[in-house]
Amino acid sequence: MIELKQVSKTYETKRQAQVLALNDVSLKVKKGEIFGVIGYSGAGKSTLIRCVNHLEKPTSGDVFIEGVNLSEKSKEELRQIRQGLGMIFQGFNLLKTATVYDNIAIPLRLTGLDKETIVKRVNKYLSIVGLKDKKSVFPNQLSGGQKQRVAIARALAHEPKVLLSDEATSALDPGTTDQILDLLLKINAELGITILLITHEMHVIQKICDRVAVMENGEIIEQGNVVDIYTDAKHETTKRFVESIFPSKTPIQIIRDLQNRGPIIDLTFVGEVAESPSLSVLSKKFDIHTNILSGNIVQLKNQPFGRLRAHIEGEEKDTSAAIAYLKEQGVLVSEVTDDDSIY
Amino acid sequence: MTAFIDRWGAMVVDATIATFQMVTISLIFSILIGLPLGVLLVVTRNQVGASRLSYRALNVVINTIRSIPFIILLFALLPFTRFLVGTSMGVKGVIVPLVIFTSPFLARLMESALLEVDRGVIEAYQAMGIKPIAIIWHVMIREAKPSIILGITIAVIGLIGATAMAGLVGAGGLGDVAYRFGHVRYQPEVMYVTIVILVIIIQLIQTLGNTLSEKAKKD
Repeated sequence: MIELKQVSKTYETKRQAQVLALNDVSLKVKKGEIFGVIGYSGAGKSTLIRCVNHLEKPTSGDVFIEGVNLSEKSKEELRQIRQGLGMIFQGFNLLKTATVYDNIAIPLRLTGLDKETIVKRVNKYLSIVGLKDKKSVFPNQLSGGQKQRVAIARALAHEPKVLLSDEATSALDPGTTDQILDLLLKINAELGITILLITHEMHVIQKICDRVAVMENGEIIEQGNVVDIYTDAKHETTKRFVESIFPSKTPIQIIRDLQNRGPIIDLTFVGEVAESPSLSVLSKKFDIHTNILSGNIVQLKNQPFGRLRAHIEGEEKDTSAAIAYLKEQGVLVSEVTDDDSIY
Repeated sequence: MTAFIDRWGAMVVDATIATFQMVTISLIFSILIGLPLGVLLVVTRNQVGASRLSYRALNVVINTIRSIPFIILLFALLPFTRFLVGTSMGVKGVIVPLVIFTSPFLARLMESALLEVDRGVIEAYQAMGIKPIAIIWHVMIREAKPSIILGITIAVIGLIGATAMAGLVGAGGLGDVAYRFGHVRYQPEVMYVTIVILVIIIQLIQTLGNTLSEKAKKD
């Protein structure tokens, strides 16, 4: 659906210095999926998403939308293509001087749709985002979440195949963020719209994304299925993002104390395993005591994912038998050493 | 009082009408020139290549014209005015210098009004594949309307001030009456009356401008 091939972008700043915003970025977004790009600010995410619809022209490399290479297209053709790529923003970007209805209708009229179609579309998408009763209200009278809903309706009203989301929830409070994320999930499932989003919140990735790419210094340092990134992050930055969801810091003094009486282990559960009582079974089956130090279970888009840090107290042979048993059950186990404790 | 009205009334009314004529006609032309220039200044700003050159050139031209006081511009433009409209006298003759004086001023006011428009909204419309010309009209000018109205109000008041000099080329107007009768022929009551009329007009225009601008804000 969307493919970036070795895309690079350099900016010339006023002092003749060059800033490399994107460095040889390649990624592929499949039809119908929700793909997230995560990174700290300044990582190049914004430039990346603007290259997808050519609001920014890449310095080198190609962007393909459904096999069409955008770099070969004229300005006029690009305009036509963009009408099929919806985009929403952190700042909503609505017209202050127009009602909710007009905010959606004006762009439709400017793309040359007839009156009847416009009325139908505006009503249809306003009811999808749940704002049918706000038609004649001006944006200033709406809350942030409602403004983003209008912006989403405006993007959807062009009936795009793709929705690009530029930090769409970053300006919203946690509750509203979840509502907007649910709406994006609904759009993806019911209208079959492919979504490419950028964010700096792991929560967004966790809740709605199928796949994720992690960016740093203009490069993609890691990408894959969200579950795989959660269970087996390779890169330091990726680990930090995952740990933002699982704050599992344990004071080093405690770790040293406990280690004298048995190993400390991190258990990672994916899918159904996350819901089974593995630890309590453990203390019944083996001659050991378990003590939970920290833990959390979260819902990824398609399955639950849990992580637990526990101390197992007992004879060496019992503890290793217990760990072996856990592994048999499909739990990922890793032993914690001093240096792991400081994330 | 009656004696004053009998003696000066008709003349003051004529002068007021002449001022209105000059202001209205020059304002229409100044908007037609100033607004597009303002747009041009904004869209060529921070660009590269040819646009950058045209921005710089336009900047210099606007600054040059704005450096010249109206009374000097009026005389400097005499041959040009005669060439353009056939005469350099009367209301007809003063419109050309008034427009040339006001357009660059208005262009600056329009520029600053348009610069206030949120870049993000423009970007959103680019992302929807809307034509640039439609973005200028339906996003930039639409969103800047409250500031544009205030800018035009400022320009109108400036124009009224400039028309006071129009008498020098025989175009009449309130300023001319105040100068010729009030000052030169030393009849201060005439001057005071025209001042009062001008004050009232300016108050009305500013109030009207503020109201219209507030209305255009829609929030």
